Amino acid sequence: MAITSIKNLKEFSTNNDRFEGAHTLCPGCAHSMIVRELMNCTDDNLVISSNTGCLEVSTAVYPFTSWDTSWIHIGFENAATSVTAAQVMHKVRKKKGTLKDNDAPVKFVAFGGDGSTFDIGFQWLSGAMERGHDFTYICLDNENYANTGGQRSSATPVGAHTSTAQAGTHSYGKKQKKKDIVSIMAAHGSPYVAQLAPNKWKSMAKGFQKALEVEGPCFINTVSPCCTEWKFDPKDTINLTDLATDSLMFPIYEIIDSHELNILYRPKNIISVEEYMAAQGRYKHLFKPQYRHIIDEVQKDIDAKWDLLQRREEARL
Amino acid sequence: MSVESQDLNLCANDNRGQLQLGAGSGLVGWDEVTQGTVLTSFEGDATGIANKKAEERLYSDFNSYTASVASWRVNKPVFNRDICIDCQNCWVWCPDSSILSRDKQMLGIDYDHCKGCEVCVEVCPTNPKSLLMFNEHADLDESLAAWPEKKKKAKKSEEA
Repeated sequence: MAITSIKNLKEFSTNNDRFEGAHTLCPGCAHSMIVRELMNCTDDNLVISSNTGCLEVSTAVYPFTSWDTSWIHIGFENAATSVTAAQVMHKVRKKKGTLKDNDAPVKFVAFGGDGSTFDIGFQWLSGAMERGHDFTYICLDNENYANTGGQRSSATPVGAHTSTAQAGTHSYGKKQKKKDIVSIMAAHGSPYVAQLAPNKWKSMAKGFQKALEVEGPCFINTVSPCCTEWKFDPKDTINLTDLATDSLMFPIYEIIDSHELNILYRPKNIISVEEYMAAQGRYKHLFKPQYRHIIDEVQKDIDAKWDLLQRREEARL
Repeated sequence: MSVESQDLNLCANDNRGQLQLGAGSGLVGWDEVTQGTVLTSFEGDATGIANKKAEERLYSDFNSYTASVASWRVNKPVFNRDICIDCQNCWVWCPDSSILSRDKQMLGIDYDHCKGCEVCVEVCPTNPKSLLMFNEHADLDESLAAWPEKKKKAKKSEEA
């Protein structure tokens, strides 16, 4: 595989973007940062498929496409299915020698939002992982159905206000905990599963390269702060990602062969979850006296999860 | 032309950035397109596109590179070459592929694709920042003249 250099940002910046501007994602959206990084970390041909979601509707506004690679748009469920079908077709045609360029390396990538990954497309993703195709699934996790008006998804964390789990006098927003998708995917026996964040560009590019290189179904969950639904200023996308990784709401780690867990980023100064929540409008109500205990509960939960991650890293399981 | 089995009536689009998204550009509507229509990203062969710079590529009229979202902007980032250290932070985090970097050098901003989100200004590490937001209609020379001075670091005694 033709890996591009990610030694430092200067080297990385010599890559030619294959994701074009003038897509209609919101200003400051992290989706395009992640997509650009994936496409810049390899020179290989890419076949990309997108679930319905912000990324898909914004990059294919008739008559324009923002993709300089092969790109398939398909329904809410089946990005994983369609890209694995393309992969099998490529494999068969390569064997028969009917491809235009038989030796050109091709990588298969599926992008899905958290709604299509955690909820709607979960069964299809699980199926594709089980069949063991050589592809990479990247979840752009913005913790709600941002494309349709910010409904709750099973990625929404406790206490967040969404349009279908509203905060008010009788409710503090979503009551259920977030699904641990990374562990679920690791349990499928995937060779490479990771959770990455765009503010740590190097660990993200390394993770992407590893996922593309490894043969077999790989899954990557990426944090994608949504300025529209998390309610913060677009310019703070990277600052907020910093808060997310430093408060351990989104620990950055990888699981190799479903047992070898490596923590890729240990914050020097761990900040409180409260600080992370204070930067976003969707947690505004938690700072009222009657809901303050939710913040403590979330903090306790995050601490326990971080403890578990460290133990797992030590025990290699 | 890369359009097959279809008599799409394209408007002249020689000037990049003239075509506004959704602004009734003379194309047939999305609901009038017949089956089998192909709208490709490039004119002709797209092999090895990863190794071609934007200016070497033959973009077709259907690539969003030929479109513009400049009208989204209220404030624009202005780039000051004198202070820039080419760290490329703005390049890696620009969500709109609007930072023009060639040969490890930051050259400027692609104002056709920039939406004015200000992320580049936030991630700029120099002192003073080499990218700052100015009004959309601000003149480049006037903006550069109005650039703030280097901020001195607060002394430790003052901090305390």
